[in-house]
Amino acid sequence: MAGKTLFDKIWDAHVVNEIPDGPSVLFIDKHLVHEVTSPQAFAGIDARGIKVFRPERTVATPDHNIPTVDQHLSIKDELSRFQVNKLTENCEKHGVTLYGLNHPFQGIVHVIGPELGITQPGMTMVCGDSHTSTHGAFGSVAFGIGTSEVEMVLATQCILQPKPKRMRINVEGELGKGVSAKDIILYIIAKISASGGTGYFIEFAGSAIRNLSMEGRMTVCNMSIESGARGGLIAPDDITFEYIKGREFAPEGDDFDKAVKKWKELYTEDDAVFDKEINYDAADIAPMITYGTNPGMGAKISEHIPAESEVEPGNLASYKKSLKYMGFEAGSAIAGNPVDYIFVGSCTNGRIEDLREVANFVKGRKKADSVTAWIVPGSKQVEKQANEEGITQILEEAGFKLRQPGCSACLAMNDDKIPAGKLAVATSNRNFEGRQGPGARTMLASPLTAAAAAITGVITDPSTLIN
Amino acid sequence: MARDKFNTVQSSAVPLPIENVDTDQIIPARFLKATTRDGFGENLFRDWRFTNSNEPKTDFILNDNTYKGSILVCGKNFGSGSSREHAAWAIYDYGFKVVVSSFFADIFKNNALNNGLLPVQVSEAFLSELFELIASDPKTVIEVNLGKQEISILSSGKSEKFDISSYKKECMINGYDDIDYLLNIKDQIETFEKSSI
Ligand code: SF4
Repeated sequence: MAGKTLFDKIWDAHVVNEIPDGPSVLFIDKHLVHEVTSPQAFAGIDARGIKVFRPERTVATPDHNIPTVDQHLSIKDELSRFQVNKLTENCEKHGVTLYGLNHPFQGIVHVIGPELGITQPGMTMVCGDSHTSTHGAFGSVAFGIGTSEVEMVLATQCILQPKPKRMRINVEGELGKGVSAKDIILYIIAKISASGGTGYFIEFAGSAIRNLSMEGRMTVCNMSIESGARGGLIAPDDITFEYIKGREFAPEGDDFDKAVKKWKELYTEDDAVFDKEINYDAADIAPMITYGTNPGMGAKISEHIPAESEVEPGNLASYKKSLKYMGFEAGSAIAGNPVDYIFVGSCTNGRIEDLREVANFVKGRKKADSVTAWIVPGSKQVEKQANEEGITQILEEAGFKLRQPGCSACLAMNDDKIPAGKLAVATSNRNFEGRQGPGARTMLASPLTAAAAAITGVITDPSTLIN
Repeated sequence: MARDKFNTVQSSAVPLPIENVDTDQIIPARFLKATTRDGFGENLFRDWRFTNSNEPKTDFILNDNTYKGSILVCGKNFGSGSSREHAAWAIYDYGFKVVVSSFFADIFKNNALNNGLLPVQVSEAFLSELFELIASDPKTVIEVNLGKQEISILSSGKSEKFDISSYKKECMINGYDDIDYLLNIKDQIETFEKSSI
């Protein structure tokens, strides 16, 4: 019998039961909750007259709806305030830990899970949020679920789920100048398309992946969902264990050593078989950006938007619709397009390392007057660290201002909306029509590329500006 | 809690021949502030359906009275993006019982099935034929028979089988809900938790 993949090891260890010709009953170790996708689930269990089955396995925080200025004041928008209050009420009623607004642990769910040491290798994790895939960076099976499934987990700590197929993507070699984790994943999605991963759970492997920091690995796994995949994961190693050590909810002392011993078993065996395997050379990856309205429509910044003749005939109608929305000409150059906004933040690139990278780049430079820049830390802890490390000050000297943590312009549920027609370079994960506000035009890129655009005022390949 | 039972749907269809329709288009994020499941149909495809000043856009299919019915036929990779179940609620609340496409995003498919909305995955060829027939005759009647796992075009007699796990099929036909199933095996879950976690 062939050996097991990392994914199989974790999944199989959590199967309570398999329904013949149906889904598996999967036990969930950790459940993260935010205000938008949970109220109907809590209402559901209330209507059934039951309590949350394992409240200690659930952690909640508001992130989607909250303002990123004046967080100490009550939320102005009535509906947002109501939804955030509902989360507080539900958590109190059911004994679920909540890191509410202004709590030092509050932040985007996918940022706080790892930084608090809640996310650990070998776990099954879910959240009513597609970017739960982020946590796969630690070698956990983590995926987004719908509200009915949130209700399932609240009620029984289990979920009914068909087992996905397995894919492995290997990226071997060294990354070039100015190329980051975000470019790796934008490159992969541009290659396999926004639906190329559907039905799969992707393991990312190869030296270019192993050499990434935990922050970089999270960026890659975070966007695995944008290829349609159920999730992504990376085998844990010393970089992982080092990151977890000493965090708020990480095991301590002997327990930590015991845990590491177990975590070291979490790898794909040599003779394991994948349903699909793809290899990329890191040297082929360059700073990337999207030009269309799904994350698969990406290209190297130094290249051109594909001409119509380069698009598959079946995709041509969607392609034209997309360029029309973006206001771009097929075949035109990407670099040099004037930028109105930059947004650095989100669960993809709102971590401390991202802010460090931006600060490093803008130090001694000045933001272009034509660009409005929103830099939003992913959590209270990231904000605090940015202040302590002097990042906030460097940013201010270059003409930027750090906002307060939350999802912000990633999905524009709060006031942080890019105005209609304006072009934004965003470090978030979705460039769908209207994602950042009705009519907003979004180009996805790395923090470095966003910083370069903020300084020059136009789309710029950051590798041309660094030594 | 019991849900609506699903067996056979016979209806004309509304065609949306656009690929990669993501959940942000189905229901934009700014409409996710509700705390109940009701009323999302009003904002289904909001920004394609209405102008910024809330006037219906006449060139959008849902505003065209020619096309009606409880079956929505869409281009490939339908429902990608966010896990928001509100997308499935909005489609169902608007009055659709079936969504047909040649490819569905995983989370959307689960969400639809959990809400009595049947995702029917057909071949590319069958999908193009559907689009053509509906374009030439908007009254084209389509039958979706869940028991037989078959979608048929009544006028042409063309049909195709579709996949669904027998568990989910059972749930849809009988209106069962997954949480009832899980609550019934709680002892087993507790035993598993003690021995394996
Ligand atoms: S930052 Fe964006 S993608 Fe991440 S959880 Fe928030 S809204 Fe979702």
